[in-house]
Amino acid sequence: MPAMIAYEDFKPGEVTTFGAYAVSREEILDYAREFDPQPFHLDEAAGAASMLGGLSASGWHSCAILMRLCCDQFVLGSTSMGGPGVEEVKWIRPVRPGDVLSVRCEILDARTSRSRPDIGIVRFRLELINQRGETCLLQTHAGLFGRRETASHV
Amino acid sequence: MYDDIVIGAREELGACTFTAEAIKAFARRYDPQPFHLDEEAAMRSHFGGLVASGWHTGAMWMRLRVDSMKRLQAERVAAGLPAWRTGPSPGFTNLVWPKPVYAGDTITYFAEATGKRLLESRPDWGLMFGRNTGVNQHGELVFAFDGSMFVGR
Repeated sequence: MPAMIAYEDFKPGEVTTFGAYAVSREEILDYAREFDPQPFHLDEAAGAASMLGGLSASGWHSCAILMRLCCDQFVLGSTSMGGPGVEEVKWIRPVRPGDVLSVRCEILDARTSRSRPDIGIVRFRLELINQRGETCLLQTHAGLFGRRETASHV
Repeated sequence: MYDDIVIGAREELGACTFTAEAIKAFARRYDPQPFHLDEEAAMRSHFGGLVASGWHTGAMWMRLRVDSMKRLQAERVAAGLPAWRTGPSPGFTNLVWPKPVYAGDTITYFAEATGKRLLESRPDWGLMFGRNTGVNQHGELVFAFDGSMFVGR
């Protein structure tokens, strides 16, 4: 196992599953109060009356949780240089207080940058899955990673 | 709300200055990469300085969008009009972070309605689409995405 994960370590077609992030009611409320204070993210009655059917985490919060899980699993130990953006996010099912979330990570493709040969671009398909095995969030995005050979990712 | 949506209408939602403290607080919880947490590490990185997590940039768009919607709702109610029904979002596409947000940057956020459609499956709701953006104090685009939201009919 290499000491630091670099572009070359991402193999297209590879699927990994990881993480067990317990989402507390308090965390849902903390995030929503600061970043998404819509009633269905703050109040059980408003949540129940809404399309979400109950108090639920902000979709943006679930994206942040996904980022944290990826950081803990592989991004922090890697030559990550961030990412240019996100192709798509689908908020498929609500994330509720008490849910335990894990990630299914599929490497879609990997190619070296044409303009910057010391960098590779890896495309990911990520699913945030609850304890019942249901997909709550689906995200497709590209990440930039330094190449091990050139080692100029610092 | 559905009938009131004007395609092409652009709204300035508000502005946020990203302090080093706020950047680090968000990153500690949700994006603990060194260039979001530590000035020294960030200076040595390709960013050259402490930068906000892209998800933090996005979170502030959402916060200011909600604040702006509350103001609009209050104006409607004060004018004797019924409050709009708004719902969650099914997701977004084409999110980009073209330039970093550095500690001390002030980002002004916008929402522009780009489309709307009715839903066969939900007769009480429509779906609204918008091109949503954030621009720094130099007028540079730092954030953009194509969002969607359920809106009441």
